[in-house]
Amino acid sequence: MTAATETHSEHDHSHDDHAQHGMSNAGYIRIALILAAMTALEVSTYYVDFGALFMPVLIILMVVKFFIVVSYFMHLKFDNKLFSFCFYAGLFLAVMVYVIALATFKFFAA
Amino acid sequence: MSDVAVHEADHGTHGHTTTTGLSNNKVAMWLFLGSECLLFGGLISTYMLYRGRVSEGPRPGNVFDIPFTSVSSFILLMSSLTMVLAVSAAQNRDDRGTTLWLTVTALLGATFVGGQVYEFTAMYNEGLGFTTSLFGSSFYALTGFHGVHVTVGIIMLMSLVGIIKRSTIPGDKAEVVELIGLYWHFVDVIWIIIFTLVYLIPA
Amino acid sequence: MAIIERPATAGGVEIAPPATPSRAQGGFKRPVSTTGWKSWLFTVDHKKLGIMYGVMAMFFFIVGGIEAVLIRLQLAAPEGKVLSASVYNQMFTMHATTMVFLFVMPMAAAFANYFIPLQIGARDVAFPRMNAFGFWCVLGGGIFINLSWFLGGAADGGWFMYAPNSGPIFSPSHGVDFWTLGLQITGIASLTGAINLIVTVLNMRAPGMSLMKMPVFTWLQLVVQFLLLFAVPVITVALFLLSFQRNFGATFFDVSAGADPLLWQHLFWIFGHPEVYILILPSFGIISEVLPVFAKKPLFGYPFVVFSGAAIGFVGWGVWAHHMFASGLGPVSVAVFSISTMAIAIPTGVKIVNWTLTLWGGKLRFTAAMHFAIGLIVLFTIGGLSGVTHSVAPSDTQQTDTYYIVAHFHYVLFGGAVFGLFSGFYYWWPKMFGKTLNEKLGKANFWMMVIGMNMTFGPMHILGLQGQPRRMYQWTEARAGEGFFNLAFWNQIASIGSIILAVGVLLFIINVVKTARSKELAPLDPWDSRTLEWMTSSPPKEHNFDVIPTVHHLDEFFHRKYQQDPVTHEYKQIATAEEILADQEAHADKHIHMPSPSYWPIVLAATLPIITTGVIYSIPVAIVGGIFLVLAMFGWALEPSTAPETDFDPPAAGESTKELAPLV
Repeated sequence: MTAATETHSEHDHSHDDHAQHGMSNAGYIRIALILAAMTALEVSTYYVDFGALFMPVLIILMVVKFFIVVSYFMHLKFDNKLFSFCFYAGLFLAVMVYVIALATFKFFAA
Repeated sequence: MSDVAVHEADHGTHGHTTTTGLSNNKVAMWLFLGSECLLFGGLISTYMLYRGRVSEGPRPGNVFDIPFTSVSSFILLMSSLTMVLAVSAAQNRDDRGTTLWLTVTALLGATFVGGQVYEFTAMYNEGLGFTTSLFGSSFYALTGFHGVHVTVGIIMLMSLVGIIKRSTIPGDKAEVVELIGLYWHFVDVIWIIIFTLVYLIPA
Repeated sequence: MAIIERPATAGGVEIAPPATPSRAQGGFKRPVSTTGWKSWLFTVDHKKLGIMYGVMAMFFFIVGGIEAVLIRLQLAAPEGKVLSASVYNQMFTMHATTMVFLFVMPMAAAFANYFIPLQIGARDVAFPRMNAFGFWCVLGGGIFINLSWFLGGAADGGWFMYAPNSGPIFSPSHGVDFWTLGLQITGIASLTGAINLIVTVLNMRAPGMSLMKMPVFTWLQLVVQFLLLFAVPVITVALFLLSFQRNFGATFFDVSAGADPLLWQHLFWIFGHPEVYILILPSFGIISEVLPVFAKKPLFGYPFVVFSGAAIGFVGWGVWAHHMFASGLGPVSVAVFSISTMAIAIPTGVKIVNWTLTLWGGKLRFTAAMHFAIGLIVLFTIGGLSGVTHSVAPSDTQQTDTYYIVAHFHYVLFGGAVFGLFSGFYYWWPKMFGKTLNEKLGKANFWMMVIGMNMTFGPMHILGLQGQPRRMYQWTEARAGEGFFNLAFWNQIASIGSIILAVGVLLFIINVVKTARSKELAPLDPWDSRTLEWMTSSPPKEHNFDVIPTVHHLDEFFHRKYQQDPVTHEYKQIATAEEILADQEAHADKHIHMPSPSYWPIVLAATLPIITTGVIYSIPVAIVGGIFLVLAMFGWALEPSTAPETDFDPPAAGESTKELAPLV
């Protein structure tokens, strides 16, 4: 570790001791509670009529949950930006190409 | 495929430095997960295109058991918490804590897969087979792929427990736990999407 | 203790094989052969794997070439009788499949494997075993696909295998099954290879080599690997869906159940369009190395070449539906994709301008490699221009599924990708084998190929615009038309051209054999090159560099050989390649750890064809294969990639050291 830090000081801060960059176990449990609450809200749409809010609420909750897990449980928020690039490049391309492809079926046909 | 990425555990970072200072294995894992986004994206899109196309057999609303799936989704979500606790324990060099949380994670995952098997059986009995309709094919393909990913994850977790007990793991233990953790969380976030798009939003 | 660490040899003395392993961590003992076929079968050395990729790709190039010649023979005369309609369908399908997946991609992988570590000053790739695994997957997948010729007929749905035409009703033989499952196997190789090379480029660069000091070949290969990383899973999904339909009765492409045939087209082309950049960018990279060397000038606008490469990689994701203009996508989609397709011509044009300006004012040396590089610029530009005509949707509707399309993609793929690869052969042959390919034969090779390809594919523009459909199995005198544009004449020209082309390729093979037999060794730096791979011996030592170079410049090797005069601004030679190498050897690292060879890559890769065979013929076989797969993964996981000392016996009595001493 120390040798690495000496020769590559400019890049190093994210490599060593990711534990310190992450969160405490209590923090993780708090995150899990938030996720549980959001899931409960999601499931409640099955029982309670949300009207026009139904779709937006579900989609927003899904996206927020996704990013909470990715950012905190998967440490992406604290880790080197390169990891974010690797993952979000794939995610971005996936959303882009598949949404466009589905759109050609749904909206632009005929 | 994933095992290849995970278990190529040791070269390059062990006693050497890398240009970016980042672990080869971890970069590889994130690249693999980025790639997996397009795999699941394709399967989800196929389902979204075909969800309402039921030439025969039951429609989605007739076979989904939302309360049941909500519970199993919750279990999978909580397995992410136990996984992150395992990573945390591994980074504190707490072997007992690591094996404990890894085992709990694997058990939660197994519960989820068990629930999926039960769900598939119930659906099949209600007349929705893999070949019944476009909805059936695309539903089983998507959730089946996800289930296989969870199963592979469980196998990796259990192997990891065994390996840590025997202490013959090549490379840095904490890092291997972290990498499998990343895989596990990824499978979980995919389920977050599937749960909403497939189950909660009716066709 | 790594296999490379062995007693020093003086002047070609036999190298003692490493000690026998005594304890195995991965289930097997370590393979220890350093010579003979075993040293190739179990190697993890990126250079050996690069050569193996190359040999395999060349073999499939010949197979695909024979298929192409058969197609042209069938069309040489009216009502051709060389092939039956069914075999003709298989022939063009397998020609394209072989050339795309089993020639151009593996050949690009050969260059990537061999030269990326050398160009960035690394001793191997990041995951050497995974590298070996990738090679065995491509080989296994390639053989598996071609086995279908002998087992009831090959795939016959065209290389893009449109469903439902490729479904069980219209394609009842097992050919498509072999095709889908075989491509899954090669897809695994592409994915692992992509991850491996990206990590290698990001993490294993020599000290001082920032991203913007990397050679262009490495840069463009990096872009290619990202394209593979994200494009392969898309085709994986499509192939899975098709397999499920064919082998397990799923309904994905069953129109009677309400399926949408456009689903396959979308999935295939979301993969397929990045794929064409996967095919061409490595060649762009190669000629971006070749042109500056033989023009004695740095590449004009290095950052523009790099960024336009990245731009092509990105925009390439937004143009796939131009392959589907005739499918009834709707006007909005067609307009959007038409515009994005026109846009992607811009970064490509940037590259053409950069290459041309690299030549401008240079001291040009017209070697064989340079011939092929210039050939690429010209021929690719022609193909690019016909490509732009496809972006105009009304024009494309006219051209869809005609020979005009065939003409276009052969100009960009043969005139582009293949010429680039040949340029690479002539440029890097002395580096890889220590002998220079014959230049005279090389130029003959070039001219035969240029004439042959223009005669073969040039007339196809006319044939296509006259309305000859692609994949038509026969043409008849009665409908060939008359005058200058009659189909008969131009079909015959194209067929004659294909023979000339084949002779051109044959000349290359003759050249290779001749060079292999020749005793004349190449100079250390035959072309006065600019990049790091030339800073080591030819062929490179197993550990590539005796001492890892510290990089200060783009074109580091050039700057070690030449220094700019502060007054006249002229470059003066300050060192020769031999002196630089001698200096390196004098300061060689004493402790070099190289990854150890392993049985697991080939074992793991061998389980995949067992599984796919089982999927087609008998599920229990697939399950057995699956069990082997899991066992092999455990063996792999438990085996460290660099064997610890305990994996080997202690040095034999009398053997003083197992460490690498400086080679003479």
